[in-house]
Amino acid sequence: MIEIQNLSKSFTLHNQGGVAIPVMAGAHLRVGPGECVGLVGRSGAGKSTLMRMVYGNYLAGAGSIRIGELDVVTAEPRQILALRRAVLGHVSQFLRVVPRVPTLEVVAEPLLRLGVAPDAARARAAELLARLNIPERLWRLSPTTFSGGEQQRVNIARGFAHDYPALLLDEPTASLDAQNREVVLRLIEEAKARGAAILGIFHDEGARDRVCDRLVDVTGFTPGLAA
Amino acid sequence: MTDQAYNFAYLDEQTKRMIRRALLKALAIPGYQVPFASREMPMPYGWGTGGVQVTAACLTPDDRLKVIDQGADDTTNAVSIRRFFQRTAAVETTERTADATVIQTRHRIPEQPLAEGQVLVYQVPIPEPLRFLEPRENETRKMHELEEYGLMHVKLYEDIARHGEIATAYAYPVRVEGRYVMDPSPIPKFDNPKLAGNPAIQLFGAGREARIYALPPYSDVVSLDFEDHPFTASKADHACDLCGAGSSYLDEVITDDRGSRMFVCSDTDFCASRQAQGHRGRLSPQGATP
Amino acid sequence: MTLMQNAITAAPLLSVQGLTKRYGPRIGCADVGFDLYPGEVLGIVGESGSGKSTLLSCLAGHQRPDQGRILFDGADVLGFSEAERRRLLRGDWAYVHQNPRDGLRMGVSAGGNVGERLMAVGARNYAAIRESATDWLGRVEIAADRIDDRPSAFSGGMQQRLQIARNLVTGPRLVFMDEPTGGLDVSVQARLLDLLRGLVRDLGLSVVIVTHDLAVVRLLADRLMVMKSGRVVETGLTDQVLDDPQHAYTQLLVSSVLQV
Repeated sequence: MIEIQNLSKSFTLHNQGGVAIPVMAGAHLRVGPGECVGLVGRSGAGKSTLMRMVYGNYLAGAGSIRIGELDVVTAEPRQILALRRAVLGHVSQFLRVVPRVPTLEVVAEPLLRLGVAPDAARARAAELLARLNIPERLWRLSPTTFSGGEQQRVNIARGFAHDYPALLLDEPTASLDAQNREVVLRLIEEAKARGAAILGIFHDEGARDRVCDRLVDVTGFTPGLAA
Repeated sequence: MTDQAYNFAYLDEQTKRMIRRALLKALAIPGYQVPFASREMPMPYGWGTGGVQVTAACLTPDDRLKVIDQGADDTTNAVSIRRFFQRTAAVETTERTADATVIQTRHRIPEQPLAEGQVLVYQVPIPEPLRFLEPRENETRKMHELEEYGLMHVKLYEDIARHGEIATAYAYPVRVEGRYVMDPSPIPKFDNPKLAGNPAIQLFGAGREARIYALPPYSDVVSLDFEDHPFTASKADHACDLCGAGSSYLDEVITDDRGSRMFVCSDTDFCASRQAQGHRGRLSPQGATP
Repeated sequence: MTLMQNAITAAPLLSVQGLTKRYGPRIGCADVGFDLYPGEVLGIVGESGSGKSTLLSCLAGHQRPDQGRILFDGADVLGFSEAERRRLLRGDWAYVHQNPRDGLRMGVSAGGNVGERLMAVGARNYAAIRESATDWLGRVEIAADRIDDRPSAFSGGMQQRLQIARNLVTGPRLVFMDEPTGGLDVSVQARLLDLLRGLVRDLGLSVVIVTHDLAVVRLLADRLMVMKSGRVVETGLTDQVLDDPQHAYTQLLVSSVLQV
């Protein structure tokens, strides 16, 4: 489902003397349906950079990232947008929403964008928020005022609202208590069971051991760090 | 006797020809505002300089002229314009609608139906019906050109929103021959139906704004409205207190400082003719209807 | 995958090629080209004088470009007669001005402002016009009992929402927006952005939005076009351009802004 070949990337800092910093070279990776692959490597090795490239958030230098039938590296923006809408989900560490929008709407939005009927979208959002123990009295409020842990759970609910065939998870269990961590791990297991291909970064070793089928060390893709 | 110092009907022949060309163009494009080189007249703007120039361009020595202001032949404005043409053109004048060949009017259409061969000349203060909502002249011209008349209904919408009905009671906008939206000059909307299908030629002159427009005989003229708020030609719900007429446009006259009032025909010729025929109203000196 | 297929096979709603506008020797905008697809929001960013406003006014038909082509739904807009162009501007297209006073009739009630476009395209039933106006005021969160108030009695945020309602009432397919959140307080901006996002999603609008506010495009635009000195220096997915800018100018622009 997700197939990365010979991927490379460097940042050119035009306003700092045009210095070019290579951050990735020769990355290879494959995630099949129903599989969860964890990215490991020390901080700064490029785990987040790789995830961002897969999501189309960072531009790749060379190589290919195939998700289903689309190569993200050469795709048109609108193709990537369509991919993000229907195929590729992403749970980031940061919740970025329009202030003032109620939590329930934030979670339902990915479904609304797909054309799901508002009632059905909100019902699904409510189900996920309840599962993630966000008290119902908060659903009408904007998540911008929530605690870090609550925001993280809203973000997860939003990321799991639609049954994406492929999912990117960036530390989904960070800053969660044991009970909610368990809920998130179950959600991941359920996604795998329905055939989703998952690529994730898990600093929580217990979580990593439980949901990941394989681990890929990105240090091997880092220019200057490769052994 | 013509005052020899003036050309016939005051204006020089070249000016009259210029105005006639504008009139012909206006008749050819009903409702369209034709610019013309409006002249200084020996009277202030607002006293009918547009109408006077159109009348001057139309008059021939054989014409019989009637001038009315608010329907009356005996008001200052009507009297002075009538005298003006008596002196400069020596044409015959009349107060009888049926006898006149040219009628210059301010704010009314005579009650007596007009006939073929008659010319009705309106004095127009503001020729542009769209100006109320769109002050830019180049924009209103463009709107006429492209038939963008949604704005006209915005005005009527505002009326209904504010007053529960279309409160515009005079200068009520009309659409001519399905094309141009036209300001019929400040006639009461009661007179609007008389604009349509009228056998007479109707000419409109705006002196200050230097515009002429026209309705040829038997023009199709429709008062703008909404499906659910149709146009109605309303008048005061009374009969004339002098001649008893029930279907003429009435002026309300306050008769003392204790709130007494009477309603009389605004068309003085119409009222006088009816009284001469023996019709009587509530306050007729002779008392009740015979 | 059907949604993906649809998105990829649909024809562009607006296709711009080689658009150039000069003011004497000075370049307003030069050789601008892009495709905008149904339901897409394109943000155009750049500092003052970058040509983004010139581009928008050429696109919206307020100015005539010197060169280039603008195809709307396959039709060559620059070849349109004045009448056709203006019909487009009150039907399929809409234009939201930065200053609501430029886009509203200040002497006409809120209901009349919203109803005008309906009457312009032939609506002649007062009750139906009023019902549409009430519905649209609700959609932009203006209380129904304000329908007969003039916009001069409204706050800046309300005026802007009224302008949006006035523009969207006839169901346009393409909306041009010039700094729509420009003169508004931050809290009011957020509300407007949320509203716009909802409308864009629910109505499937295509939008070209010009702004210098990167936070606005981050939340509203799918794609971004960065302009400098009249030329497009970078295009791409909004988050990609903001998070991984490639061009020196974009990097400067992004790094000059407090966290967006």
